[in-house]
Amino acid sequence: MYLKTMVRAAGVLALAAATGVHADSHTTTVTIATVNNGDMIRMQGLTDDFTSRNPDIALEWVTLEENVLRQRVTQDIATKGGQFDVLTIGTYEVPIWGNNGWLVSLNDLPADWDIDDLLPAIRSGLTVDGELYAAPFYGESSMVMYRTDLMEKAGMEMPEAPTWDFIRQAAAAMTDKDNEIYGVCLRGKAGWGENAAFITAMSNSFGARWFDEDWKPQFDSEAWANTLDFYMDLMTNYGPPGASTNGFNENLSLFQQGKCGMWIDATVAASFVTNPKDSTVADSVGFALAPDNGLGKRGNWLWAWSLAIPAGSDATGAAKKFIEWATSREYTALVASKEGWANVPPGTRTSLYENPAYLEAAPFAEMTLGSINAADPTQPTVDPVPYTGIQFVAIPEFAGIATQVGQEFSAALAGRQTAAEALAKAQALTAEEMEAAGY
Amino acid sequence: MARAVTHQRKTLNTAIAWGIGLLIFFPVLWTILTSFKTEAQAIADPPVFFFFDWTLENYAVVQERSDYMRYLLNSVIIAGVSTVLGIVVAVPAAWSMAFVPSRRTKDILLWMLSTKMLPAVGVLYPIYLIFIELELLDTRTGLVIVMMLINLPIIVWMLYTYFREIPGEILEAARMDGASLREEILYVLTPMAVPGIASTLLLNFILAWNEAFWTLNLTAAKAGPLTAFIASYSSPEGLFYAKLSAASTMAIAPILILGWFSQKQLVRGLTFGAVK
Repeated sequence: MYLKTMVRAAGVLALAAATGVHADSHTTTVTIATVNNGDMIRMQGLTDDFTSRNPDIALEWVTLEENVLRQRVTQDIATKGGQFDVLTIGTYEVPIWGNNGWLVSLNDLPADWDIDDLLPAIRSGLTVDGELYAAPFYGESSMVMYRTDLMEKAGMEMPEAPTWDFIRQAAAAMTDKDNEIYGVCLRGKAGWGENAAFITAMSNSFGARWFDEDWKPQFDSEAWANTLDFYMDLMTNYGPPGASTNGFNENLSLFQQGKCGMWIDATVAASFVTNPKDSTVADSVGFALAPDNGLGKRGNWLWAWSLAIPAGSDATGAAKKFIEWATSREYTALVASKEGWANVPPGTRTSLYENPAYLEAAPFAEMTLGSINAADPTQPTVDPVPYTGIQFVAIPEFAGIATQVGQEFSAALAGRQTAAEALAKAQALTAEEMEAAGY
Repeated sequence: MARAVTHQRKTLNTAIAWGIGLLIFFPVLWTILTSFKTEAQAIADPPVFFFFDWTLENYAVVQERSDYMRYLLNSVIIAGVSTVLGIVVAVPAAWSMAFVPSRRTKDILLWMLSTKMLPAVGVLYPIYLIFIELELLDTRTGLVIVMMLINLPIIVWMLYTYFREIPGEILEAARMDGASLREEILYVLTPMAVPGIASTLLLNFILAWNEAFWTLNLTAAKAGPLTAFIASYSSPEGLFYAKLSAASTMAIAPILILGWFSQKQLVRGLTFGAVK
C-alpha cells in the first residue's frame, strides 16, 4: 500500500515537473539577472509601467547575491547558455566582456534616450572602442561621510577636499573608545570588491600603482608601503575592533548606530545614513571629497551598476527596449513621482544634477557629482599605467589576484602578519599569476 | 546510593543534551527572531533578544516582492520527485548488494561514496554544458535528475545498511514459495524495510530541499526552488538581515515542521543497526 501510494505520488509530481510555465506564444520574455540593491528592487516594483507600454514583452527577474550573480553570468556567457537577456554588471566587467565580444553594442538606442546626457566619467567606463556596451543604471564614487556633531565637539572643521593627514588628525580627535566611538571606519573584509577596492583607490592618492607600464607588479614600491602603513595605523589606532571582517554593510551599520566619526565609502551610502528610519545619526552627517596627498589623485573610485545584453540573447530587441526604459530620464521622473526625488537612481545623467527638485531633496547630490567627476578611470594613477580602472585593473585576472591580495591585507589588519609581509606576499603572488597568464 | 548517583548522572546528561540541543537550535531561533525585527533592530549592538517592537513588515515585503508559492512548489517537486526516483532505483541496487554480494560489492559501495567526495564545482562546467545541449537549464526535470544522482550514493548506502539487518532466510523462503524477484522485493523485502525506507526518504528529502549549489547554478527565473528565493535577499549595498531572515524562515518552515512531525521515524532510521 505504502509503495503504491508513493509511486502514484511520484507520478503526479513527475507530471507536474514536466509541465512548465508556457508564456503566450506572441509574448517575448526578457530574463533579467540583477542584484538585491535598493534601486534595483524599486525598478522591479515599477515594471508595470514598462509592460503596460509594451504588452508584447514579459519580464522575468533573477535576483542573486553579487558574487553569485557574477559567477552565474560569466559561466552563462562563456558557455553560451542563453539564460539571461539583460545582465546587471559593473564597470569592471564591461571593458573585458566588451573586448571579448560577449556584449551587444547599445550605440543604436534611440536619439531621445540621449547618450550625451550620460556623465562623461561613467560613459567612458562603459565604452570600448567607441561602442557603448552597457547603459548605466546608477553610478557611484566614494567620499567621506562624517559626523558633524563629533567634528564640532573635536573643535575641527572638515574641509571640502580633505587630505589624508587631516583625516588622521580628525580620527584621533574623534575617537572615544570608552564610549565606543571610533574615529574612522574603513573596509577591512577580504575581497576584490571589498578591502582590495578601497585600498587600491587609496593607493592611487599615495602615488602607488598595481603595475608599471611593462605589467610588472609594484607592491614592493615605497608608495605601496606608505599606503598600507598609513591604512594600518589609522585602523589600528582609531578604527573599530574586528575591522578585518568589516565590509560595506558592517561599516554602514556601525555608522548608523553612531559608532564611527568618519566613514570613507560608496556615495550610495549617503541616502542610507541620512535616512532617519534606519540611521540614529541621520540629522548630523556631513560629506566631503575622498582624501588626497597633494599628488593630483584622490582616493575615490568609480563604479556604475549597468544593464547590458549578452551576445547570445535571442530577445535582443525587447531587451534593448527594456534597457532604454530603465535608464531613461522618464524612468527617473517615474521614481520621483512615486517615491520622491531623494530615491531616484543617482550618478548617471548630467540632467539630474541640473534639476533643482533633486538638488533640494538630496543634500549629498553635489558631493556625489563632484566625486564622480574627480574620478578618471583612464588615468587612475600618478605614474602612467597600462590599464584602466580606479579601484580595479580591468583585466580578467584581476578578480582572482585581488581576492588573494585582499586576504593578505586583511590578515595584516587582523594582526596575523605585518604590512611589509603582506606586501611581499602580494608582490610574489601577483608576479606568479601574471607570469602564468602570459604578461 | 547507587540510585542517587544514577539519578544525578541522568539529570546531568539531560541538562547536557538540552544544552547541546539549544546550542544547535540557536541559529534557527535567532533567524526567526530577527525576521520580526526592523532592519535597525536586526543590527543593533548589543543585540536585542526578545524585547523589541515585533513587526510583520519583513514578511509583508518578502510576500510582495517574491512569488513564494512558485519557489515552494519547485522545492516540493524537485526534492519529492528526486527522492522517490532515487528510492525506486536504489531499492534493487541495495537488494543485490545486501543479498547477492559479489567479490567487488564492497569496492563498488566505496566507489559510489567516493563520488560524494569530489567538490561539486569540479563537475559544474561539464554538467552545465550537457544541460545546454539537452535544453535542461532552468527546468525542474533537469534539477530532479541532478538531485537524484547526487543523492543516490547515500540512498543506496542507507538502504544497504537496513537490508543487511533483514535475515536472508526470509527472502529465501519467499523464493521457495515461488515468489519472483519482483514479488520478493515488492511484497517481502520492502514491507519489512518500510521504517528504513521511510527514514531514507525523509533524510534525502531534507538533503534535496537544502541543496543550494546546483539549484543556484542550474536555474534562472523558472525552476528556482526556495534556496534561490533565500539567495535573492542578500545585498552587497544596504541592510538586508531582517528581510533575509524572514525569507529564510519562510523557506525552512515547511521542512522544519516535517522534521518535527517525523522525528521519531528519523531518529529510528538513523540509529537503525547502530545498537546490536
